[in-house]
Amino acid sequence: MQRSKNDVWVGLFVLIGAVAILFLALQSANLLSLSFQSTYRISAKFENVGGLKPKAAVRSGGVVVGRVESLVFDDKSFQARVTLALESRYAFPKDSSLKILTNGLLGEQYIGIEAGAADTNLVAGDVIGATQSAVVLENLISQFLYSKAADGSGTGAEKK
Amino acid sequence: MTWYKPADVGFATRSKMADIGYAARLFFRLLVSFVPTFRRFGLVRDQMHFLGNYSLAIIAVSGLFVGFVFGLQGYYTLIRYGSSEALGLLVTLTLVRELGPVVTALLFAGRAGTSLTAEIGLMKAGEQISVMEMMAVDPIQRVLAPRFWGGVVVMPLLAAVFSATGVIGGWVVGVLMIGVDAGSFWSQIQGGVDVWQDVGNGILKSIVFGLTVTFIAVYQGFEAQATPEGVASATTRTVVVASLAVLGLDFILTAMMFTI
Repeated sequence: MQRSKNDVWVGLFVLIGAVAILFLALQSANLLSLSFQSTYRISAKFENVGGLKPKAAVRSGGVVVGRVESLVFDDKSFQARVTLALESRYAFPKDSSLKILTNGLLGEQYIGIEAGAADTNLVAGDVIGATQSAVVLENLISQFLYSKAADGSGTGAEKK
Repeated sequence: MTWYKPADVGFATRSKMADIGYAARLFFRLLVSFVPTFRRFGLVRDQMHFLGNYSLAIIAVSGLFVGFVFGLQGYYTLIRYGSSEALGLLVTLTLVRELGPVVTALLFAGRAGTSLTAEIGLMKAGEQISVMEMMAVDPIQRVLAPRFWGGVVVMPLLAAVFSATGVIGGWVVGVLMIGVDAGSFWSQIQGGVDVWQDVGNGILKSIVFGLTVTFIAVYQGFEAQATPEGVASATTRTVVVASLAVLGLDFILTAMMFTI
């Protein structure tokens, strides 16, 4: 087969095609997160972040409005400090509250943000005070057993 | 070429891209030769014999040994979580989805790919290719295309043989030697392996790997320097480039096929 002088351009075309396929494959598998949205950062303190991971979703009413950027342990207040990146097109009031919720029964955890009623909105660098930690299964079980024991001794005492 | 002289770097880049462009044009010509090649099915059949039948021994025995190892390692890992009945499912899914196509492609590149490259390279060194061109016989149609399509047809079959012998190897070690329940071994496979999602995607992968490995082998042979050292270095380049291409493509194909 003869070498043609268009070979260089065909080679460039093939390389561009290969990069495009690689990009599509990684995007479809959610392994690449090139988002072109501008975001602003908010931080909050939690007692227990449970199974929260970086890049976990921040949802309001079920819709993803941002991502968790980092989780750091603050050894001055002995709480976990979470940095969130919220998309700039969504504005939340200053007294919004954060909760750690689970997708389904044993799914991955995400942060739910509920809007408050203040007049002014959150800006970059704000700290949210109203937070609710993740549910820890052991605490739930011991709470249940304790309340069962309390009921048992209560009705026992009444019967006597 | 020196890495610090811009002219040399530019020339090297341009010649690499020209090689890629030439290879792409050759690949396209081989793909387009599908109908004329299968009209002369005798040539393809001979190539399928050389590439397929002679690779059967290494593929089947490797599959058996890989199945043995899987049965052993899989059992000792699963027994820690109390789910040793899932051994059949583990062995089959791993083989059918990943190891069957990939290991078969690597073994094929090593065994059949090198023989293809050496044969075509020696034909070039012995000037048989130029003689064919002088007789107005297209060497790509006569020599390259039957080998290319023979390799493409043979690869999914070899991958299937590898996976099947692997599952049998896993059965021999798991059920016969260790004592995993035979009924749950096979019924877990029936329940957990989907024909289109798992087996079908594995076959698709092996077809893509067949196209890649056979093309690289045939291209390196065709472009080898017409000297003994040229043929030798083309043969090693086949194995290296084909192996890397298979492993890279495996990641891309898995990302497209098996993740949500």
